Amino acid sequence: MTSPATTAPPLPSRPVDLQPGSRRRISRRHREWGLAYLLLLPALLIFGIFTFYPFLKNFKLALYQNPPYPGLPSHYVGLQQVQSVLSSTEFHQSLVSTLVYVVMVVPVGLLGGLLLALAAHRAIRGTSVYRLIFSSTVVTSVAVAAVVFGTLMDPVVGLLPWLGFDPHPAILGNPTWALPAVALIAVWQFLGLSFIIMTAGLQSLPDEILEAARLDGAGAWTMFWRVTIPLLSPTLFFGLVVGTIYAFQSFGQIDILIGPANSQFTHTNVLLYYVYQALSIQNDPGVAAVLSIVLFTILLVFTMAQLRYLERRVTYAGN
Amino acid sequence: MARVNFDGVSKAFDGSLAVDDLSMEVLDGELLVLLGPSGCGKTTALRMVAGLEDPTGGTVSIGDTVVNDVEPKDRDVAMVFQSYALYPHMTLRRNIEFPLRQQRIPADERGRRAEEAAATLGLGDLLDRKPGQLSGGQRQRVALARAIVRDPKVFLMDEPLSNLDATLRIQTRADIVALQRRLGTTTIYVTHDQVEAMTMGHRIAVMRDGRLQQVAAPQDLYERPGNTFVASFLGSPGMNLLPARCAGGVLSIDGASIDLGGSVAAIADGPVTLGVRPESASLDSTGIAASVVLVEQLGAETHVICALADGTRVVVRQRNQRVRPDLGDPVAITVDPEALHFFDAETGERLDVGR
Repeated sequence: MTSPATTAPPLPSRPVDLQPGSRRRISRRHREWGLAYLLLLPALLIFGIFTFYPFLKNFKLALYQNPPYPGLPSHYVGLQQVQSVLSSTEFHQSLVSTLVYVVMVVPVGLLGGLLLALAAHRAIRGTSVYRLIFSSTVVTSVAVAAVVFGTLMDPVVGLLPWLGFDPHPAILGNPTWALPAVALIAVWQFLGLSFIIMTAGLQSLPDEILEAARLDGAGAWTMFWRVTIPLLSPTLFFGLVVGTIYAFQSFGQIDILIGPANSQFTHTNVLLYYVYQALSIQNDPGVAAVLSIVLFTILLVFTMAQLRYLERRVTYAGN
Repeated sequence: MARVNFDGVSKAFDGSLAVDDLSMEVLDGELLVLLGPSGCGKTTALRMVAGLEDPTGGTVSIGDTVVNDVEPKDRDVAMVFQSYALYPHMTLRRNIEFPLRQQRIPADERGRRAEEAAATLGLGDLLDRKPGQLSGGQRQRVALARAIVRDPKVFLMDEPLSNLDATLRIQTRADIVALQRRLGTTTIYVTHDQVEAMTMGHRIAVMRDGRLQQVAAPQDLYERPGNTFVASFLGSPGMNLLPARCAGGVLSIDGASIDLGGSVAAIADGPVTLGVRPESASLDSTGIAASVVLVEQLGAETHVICALADGTRVVVRQRNQRVRPDLGDPVAITVDPEALHFFDAETGERLDVGR
């Protein structure tokens, strides 16, 4: 390749716009940009096809109503479909179920993970064994977890009849207990991740501050509430955001243990499951699209609010 | 206030001894500096007084109480850490009040004492800030305020100045000394900086590899180092140590000889390690032959580093620079026979020569 550097320098008598040096810089910059885009291309393609396009298409789908009979074209109804979905009883019930579910899963999961992490952190021996056991729920598939818990909750061969209780109607078919039951599975699964996050947080606490507190006369209670928890607040905050997103996206255990036929009746029709029902069972992509936009918006607003309001209050020890 | 006593104290970590059979007493109201290179066990010794490490042997006493099995919070000691260890989420007021809160001292007294402590350290108008908004020097003073507010029996300070810049270090050093002298609280101060040790301590305890080398007042330590380690560790640069041989009151060093002329009591004939402070050596026309390998100009003084024929390095400190040698110059080193130190050639222990 011939680069400007190898050509003869311009004669001094001829004015030129560009000095050879700057021309060389520009051409090199162009080449670097080209290479950058080339390297980005595979990622851009994958994101474009599987994320950006469906994301945008979803907004379009929300504006079209499904035909009453298969084969007919769907027609544009604008925001009317959004309005009708948002004002429906099913949607309200689903929203309430989702919020109740999230409130059950996230605090219990975070607190449980923190307690387990504290226990493993303080264990005199066998810390690594505890860590392995507690974090194992992360790698357990939701299907396996659902089947195991489903068996434990079974009215005939489950844990309750074995303990001498008569669980009728069955826990998973019961409008009061079905939602807490599937929430329990989500808590169990989230515990592993929560445990890992909290363990990492505990390990990064500065020893000297904890030692200073011991010398200053802090007992176990003060130590935990006045020193450990504030120092751990960035970790707790991170766990809260991750846990919330996780809980909003629960699907597997509801599908396996409750199923589309019973989810309305047992109040386990959380938003994501409702999206699935609308699309796959009721064959209504328009309604599913509206619901997924709602879910997306809730998660976005939730995360932004958490970031904005909680971040101000958490203490970062690294100063 | 109380004395602190180490009686045969040892601490092993995974089989290796960090502190080995340490016996020493820190007197009531004294500022004792634990000095040594990193890894010598000085911080471990301090942490055993705090109760943050348990001795594997021996006893630690504060006052008349053996504290081996006493919880840190019940020992009535306050510690200042190298990293300050302030509570980042609390204001300075809350930081300083924290130990008083644990003692359930009423709020008004707590506030008064915290303000007093803060005023002592010049932090009065910063009480509502958080540690993150302060400079390193200010944070260090908060850590000191949190220690003095409790009026403990003993202060423990673990290299409290090492994170400060040079100017601030000198200033804070003087502040700590003044504070300690005023309060009269027994203080154990850990450092690896001999200047800190020399300027701050009533006495200095030098440690190496977990073992106590010598405890003495700073000037005594400098003038009569108990062994070659203490001799070479203290002083900047440290004492020159030269292999020598003594025969009939005459020392021979690398071919040159020095007639001790009865200035010292008899030293047994045979090998001996000769100690010469850099300021007790000078360059002259006759003496021990050497060549100059490095000249360090420090402004007020010059360090001339010479090598003897056998490769032994000798540092000569020159105050007035009449003779200013160049690299590679052949020189002759003379030493003041009155200022020589003698150490056992094998054990490195000081030989008493009656001076």
